[in-house]
Amino acid sequence: MTSHQPNENAKFPEGQSGFWKWLNHRTGIDDVLKTALYEPIPGGARFAYIFGSGLLFIFISQVITGVFLALYYVPSADHAHTTVAYITKAVTAGSFLRSLHAYGASAMVVVLFLHLSQTFIYGSYKGKREILWLSGCVLFALVLGMAFTGYLLPWDQRAYFATAVGTNAASEIPLVGESLKLLMRGGTEMGTLTISRFFVAHVFLIPAFIFALVGSHIFLFRKAGAAGPVDEDPIEPKQQPELFYPRQVLMDLALTALLIVFLGLLSFFVPMQIGPPANPADAQYVPRPEWYYLPIFQWLKYWHGSAAIVGVLMIPTVLVLAVVALPFFDRSAERRPWKRPIAMSSYIFLVVALLGLGLRSGYVDRHDPSVAQQLAKQKTEEDEYARKPFEPELSSLSLAAANVALADPAAAKGKAIFEAQSCNACHGDAGVGTAAAPALVGIKAKYSAEQVENLFKHPTAKMTAGGMPPIDLPPDDLKALITYVRSLN
Amino acid sequence: MADSRKHLDKTGEASSASEPVIENRRSFLGILLGLGSVCVGALLSVPLLRFSLFPLIRRTTELKPSTVGEFSEFSSAAEPIMRTIQIEQVDGWRKTVSEKAVYVTKNNQGKVSVLSSICPHLGCTIPWNKDKRQFICPCHGATFNSEGARLSGPSLRGMDLLESQVQDGQLLVRFQYFRQLVADREMAG
Repeated sequence: MTSHQPNENAKFPEGQSGFWKWLNHRTGIDDVLKTALYEPIPGGARFAYIFGSGLLFIFISQVITGVFLALYYVPSADHAHTTVAYITKAVTAGSFLRSLHAYGASAMVVVLFLHLSQTFIYGSYKGKREILWLSGCVLFALVLGMAFTGYLLPWDQRAYFATAVGTNAASEIPLVGESLKLLMRGGTEMGTLTISRFFVAHVFLIPAFIFALVGSHIFLFRKAGAAGPVDEDPIEPKQQPELFYPRQVLMDLALTALLIVFLGLLSFFVPMQIGPPANPADAQYVPRPEWYYLPIFQWLKYWHGSAAIVGVLMIPTVLVLAVVALPFFDRSAERRPWKRPIAMSSYIFLVVALLGLGLRSGYVDRHDPSVAQQLAKQKTEEDEYARKPFEPELSSLSLAAANVALADPAAAKGKAIFEAQSCNACHGDAGVGTAAAPALVGIKAKYSAEQVENLFKHPTAKMTAGGMPPIDLPPDDLKALITYVRSLN
Repeated sequence: MADSRKHLDKTGEASSASEPVIENRRSFLGILLGLGSVCVGALLSVPLLRFSLFPLIRRTTELKPSTVGEFSEFSSAAEPIMRTIQIEQVDGWRKTVSEKAVYVTKNNQGKVSVLSSICPHLGCTIPWNKDKRQFICPCHGATFNSEGARLSGPSLRGMDLLESQVQDGQLLVRFQYFRQLVADREMAG
């Protein structure tokens, strides 16, 4: 077919509109599109090559949904959970968008695994593609970092305890582990500083690196050229090439469409839940990470005490180095999987090991009655919380106003006097202060009851100048008023 | 060559020259893809719009009516009664509960109404003076009669009437702030 032949002189159709011609004159958009779309693929378009575009699509979807979620989200231990509950339960389409974002993270991990597998099985990392492979490895780590940091942000029980375990695991690394944990948590315990740190990493730092690396990954890919089928020469392809547009574009779009439909239906019919707010004091809670971290979670269970250095540090480091350095020591140009027994058996071993560890984790949980029971209880609590209507958070200001009066009958009487005497007209409700007069909150720390009484009866010159009259009340009332004022905090 | 290609493209008779046919077909596919992308994009932006426009579609800030008390206890009162009401103000995902003093008062015909205790002059809280049977503002001396009508002093209008109703024997009021230093009652904000 002639259409499969690359044509360096290929042009977009003549007879373009005047507007397009003008735009092209100014921007050179024809050349940009030509470069983007008329990329030769040795051996022709294939469904095996669709995963990279799929990843790019999910990444863009994550960016868009993430930006919109930030319209309502507040990264603080006080408000994070309330705002996510608000998004999930109150805001129109909020549950759908949040689910799209949460399930999108899982989809990202799945498609990333498929992309990596295809590259490995096809030997597409071979032939002057070392830096391309390295940028892919860094992107892999960054995506896992996004998943880890994003998981904490809803600040529900599940998120809190999974991250507590995750950051604890980091402390098992010899020498730097403890410092690393402190750095991630922003302190010894998980708290509001942890949310700030995870939020900054999730929203500013890691995405910036991902943008930069996606750009360089695509650039390096185009520089090296598509590797083509397994029997193709990775450096000087000889097979009949086909242009990226239209067939490969259509195949890539098929995956995109599949992802849209699948994620859309899942988010609509099985929306992501939000559990009860994080309760650090809950000693019963059995934490479990998101499914893609289960293999690591299970692996870490086997290594304790002096052996930990082998399991937690040495083996993972060797494994990561082996993967990262792959194109540097696997120098042969042979790409056919059946001619690469060591590479392929290593790959199969690794996949089986990861799957096995993940499945083992679930099996262990199901066969430990106490754990199974607790996990079921947690699920029930989550379902119950998810069904409750959204309850707005009481602002701290109103809490102060509501609590004071109830505590002490003398203070309650004082509060009535405070209002009847119009003290609140200038000093504000609950003594929070207004433009006319200062706040009375926290006055207990500054003045004793006697000093307050003295100031009430004989205001200073400054107070008088501000419009504060001397207070003339029966002794009991005065005492009640002093009690109330000193209770404000 | 360029001229003939242009011609062929326009007429669509391209059987003799292969290149233009390809490009024509591709351009058709391109338009189709473009339209498809626009349609899918439009569909996907529906939840995004609904999400971001939520505060415009639904009230995210509201002041709920507050309970003043049993209606029966006010209908027999001889003078204005001060009551502290709890105002629940919802602002997005948070709510503020604050307390405000209001006066329940009755006119000559026995009609019960609720007055804000905030002075329309500069916002001080006005107490009821039993001896003089007047509202007297402690800050600048504005005075009002038992129905809140302006008698003397710097205030430019009478005390502010609040929207109230009786529901299941309970007197409910919707608390509002009004602009100060103006002759006509205007909602603040």
